[in-house]
Order: sequence, then structure tokens, then C-alpha cells
Amino acid sequence: MEPDLPTLPDSSRGRPMQVILPIVVFAVSVVAWDLLVRLNSIPPYVLPGPLLVFDTLVKDRQILFDALGVTLLTTLEGFIAASIIGILLALLFNTSRIVEYSFYPYAVILQVTPIVAIAPLLLIYLPQQTAVVACAWIVAFFPVLANTTLGLNSVDRNLADLFQLYGASREQQLRFLKLPAALPHILGGLRIAGGLSLIGAVVAEIAAGSAGAGSGLAFRIAESGYRLNIPRMFAALLLLSLTGIVIFMALSLISHLMLRRWHESALGKES
Amino acid sequence: MTEVTGSAAARLRGVTKIYGNGVNALGPIDLSVRRGEFISLLGPSGCGKSTALRIIAGLSPPTSGVVELAGVSAQAARRRSIGFVFQEPTLMPWATVRDNVFLPLRLMREARSAAEVKVDAVLASVGLSEFAGVYPRELSGGMKMRVSLARALVTDPELILMDEPFAALDEITRFKLNNDLLELWRRLRKTVIFVTHSVFESVYLSQRVIVMTPRPGRVSAELVIEEAERTEEFRTSAAYAGHCRDVSQALARASATRAAS
Repeated sequence: MEPDLPTLPDSSRGRPMQVILPIVVFAVSVVAWDLLVRLNSIPPYVLPGPLLVFDTLVKDRQILFDALGVTLLTTLEGFIAASIIGILLALLFNTSRIVEYSFYPYAVILQVTPIVAIAPLLLIYLPQQTAVVACAWIVAFFPVLANTTLGLNSVDRNLADLFQLYGASREQQLRFLKLPAALPHILGGLRIAGGLSLIGAVVAEIAAGSAGAGSGLAFRIAESGYRLNIPRMFAALLLLSLTGIVIFMALSLISHLMLRRWHESALGKES
Repeated sequence: MTEVTGSAAARLRGVTKIYGNGVNALGPIDLSVRRGEFISLLGPSGCGKSTALRIIAGLSPPTSGVVELAGVSAQAARRRSIGFVFQEPTLMPWATVRDNVFLPLRLMREARSAAEVKVDAVLASVGLSEFAGVYPRELSGGMKMRVSLARALVTDPELILMDEPFAALDEITRFKLNNDLLELWRRLRKTVIFVTHSVFESVYLSQRVIVMTPRPGRVSAELVIEEAERTEEFRTSAAYAGHCRDVSQALARASATRAAS
């Protein structure tokens, strides 16, 4: 008689559930929300129903999507600055212990100080747009720095010896050994940094709001709040969340595509 | 460093290694390896065999003593004339088999087109031609080790240093790789210094077994294994069993040396 085989974790069976369950939760929540508003006749300035929020999103699309464009640009600039400076700084730290010991603590200080507290100062000293990007950068760069540093330090020692044996130059070591070895860690850092730049941009926009010139999505949320335009607040918030999800998914996809040939994280369980 | 006279491929004179933390790992050790010879360094774990190999490769400077490699000084010679096989396959997981084998030539700035011929030839010699485009994770342990061997051979080195390369493999795979390595050695006539802690492997593979004492590693005995056809029949022959007994006894004496001192 054949022995009973243990049921193996089957990724093809888990996947539909991973997609279906969140959708079910979403649908149930929206219906519950709608019923709550209708049955209790809650006025829209207290809690707008889901349909009204969606209507507002369509009706105010001009304002909201313009604002989204502004916020996205800030996020993108902050993200790019965080990526470049984070990776370059990690490379610099990797080549010189003195530089690492001298500056790493300050990178940590920049990371642990709440951005809400730094933003007003930056807005005084820097031009508005620069200050907003700087906030996005400050929040996002540390994960890139920390992860890249970890990646560069996790190079296989024997492989490093092999490179030394064949007289590899520093440039060759970096290009053919250190950067590829650090790539999974770098991509992990970038994935975190994407969401954080959005958070940094939003925080800075809220802080800048009173300064007048802001027209990003966060500014629109604050403005709608002052005017008690609650449906638009919800619509803007919805847009912001969706943006965060899209950024995360896009970066995850890029990471997966770059690692799928060789890295454990990108491989199916069964292989 | 002076040129080695005669037919020695490598010569160590009074080589010692004391690590920064005060651990006396090796020597003094004197050793001469003939060109085309296959020798094994056999000893218990931590006896400095790997250290000796790293010193010969120029990966670690000796505390005292001299390493001479045939023809040129060690520093200049080692780039092209040494191949190193580590205990683990030590492959780049992000690169295909072909790119892994191409690595030494790439680091020596050889043009890809010229290198391609060499890479293909060496992959064929270890029987991995059809796996050239595959990533290391898709290979078995034995196949990974073959890639590692191919990479060491691709520069056509004079001297091949192997640091317990088959220790992590199962016995059946190890026997197969032993035979394949011997066949390559007979064909290419390279000088091989093979570090192992297996009595049987050292006897089966080498022409000469250097038995080392525990730390600090010194040469305790040298046993010549007579020329015999190294086939699966040799593994079961009385001569092989006799050699294994001799080497085992020498190893036991080497370990006792430590206890006495």
C-alpha cells in the first residue's frame, strides 16, 4: 500500500486565496460602510458614503489628479535622491572605515528624528519645493543606506579571495562581486524607500500647507478639512492610499524581475 | 624570490604562519612538489593544511619562510598559473555556469570572444557543455563542484590547489569526481596539491601523501603511493588497502607527536 504522502505547501493553491480574501474583505467593508451611512442617515459632512466618495473622486478629478501629480513628482524626486545618495554613501562607507565611523551615527540621528519636527525648519531655510523634496529624501534614504551596507558586507569570503587571486581591481570587485551580491538587499531597501518617500512628501506638504504655495494631495486634504469638505478629504485619502499601493507593487515587481533568475526570494517554494 | 631550479613546480622553505591573535597555525614546513605531480596534504582539522594552500596561492602572506613557484616569483605568477578550488563550490549565484567559468578570464581582461573558446572547451572537459546557460541553483552539489573545477582550469594554470573540494559531497558522487579529476590530471598533466582529511581519498588520488601533525602543522611523514592504474578495481585491491593502512598508521603517529611535545 502506498504510504500517505504529506501535503506539501502548494503555492499554486495559496495564490488565489491571497487575491480573493482581501477582495472579499474590501467588498464586505464597503457594503457595511454604505449600509451604516444609509440606515443611520449620517450626513455627508460627518461621514460620506462610499458612492459619494467615488462621485467626488470623479467630479473633482481635475483638482485631485493635478494635486496627485505634484505629490508624485515630490515623491519621485525624494526617492531618486534617497536611492542615489543612500547607495553612494554605503559604497563610501564600505571603502573606508574612517568615513563609516565618522558619519554613520549622523545618518542614524537623521533617521530617528521625526520628520514632522524637522519639516518646519527646512521650510524656513530652503525654498519650498526643495524643502519638501528634502523631507521625502530624509525619510527614505536610511533604509537604502542600511540595506546596501548590509548587502556589501555580506559578500562570500571565498569569492572575495577568488577575486584577489586573479588580481581583480577595485572597480572589478565592485562591478562583478559587491554590487551583484548586494543587489537583493539594495532592492529590499528601495522597496521600503518608495513608500517612505510618499510619507515624507505628504508630511512635508502638510507642514508647508500654511505657507500657502503647496498644491499637492496632502495640501488638498488639509484644505478640504478646513472647509469641511469631508467627501473630498476621503477621495484624496483614497487616492493617496492607492498611490502608495501602486508604488509598492511596482517596486516589488521590478525587484522580482531583477532577481527571478537566481535569488531565493524570487523563486517558487517548490523549486 | 628566486627561480626554482630543476623540475619543482612549487617549493616551500621554512614557511610558518602565526596569526595576529597569536595562534601558531603552521610550520615550519618544507615541501617540494615536482612538476606534474599529484600530492595530498593529509591531516586532522585545524592542522594548517588550508593555511598552507592559501600561502601558496598568495592569499595570505607567510609569517616567515619562502614560497617559490616555478619560473617566476609567486606574486607575478599566481594570477595565471594558479587555479584554486575551495571547499564549497563558491559560485556566483547571479551568474550562469558559463559566466562563472569566464570570471577568471574576465578579471584578467581577456576579450569575451577569445575567452569563449576556452570556456566552452573547459566546460566540455568536465562534462557540463549542455549546462552552460544554467544558473548554479539549478545544479546538484557534484555539478556545482565541476563548475568550480572548470573555473580553476580555464586559465590553463600550472598549479591547481584544491582545499577539501569534495568533502561536502556524498560518497558516490565523490568517487565519480575522484575518477574524473584523475582523468583530467592524466590528460592535462597539471601539478595538483590536494588538501583532504580523508585517508582513502588521499591514497586513491595522489602519488605522494604528506601527513601533517596537528597544529602547528608540520610534515610528519611522506608516503609514496606506487604508480597503479587508478580505477574502481584499485579501490578494492589489496595494494590500496595496504596503502590506506600505512597512511592511517602514519596519521596516528603524527597525532601522537603532538601529545608527546
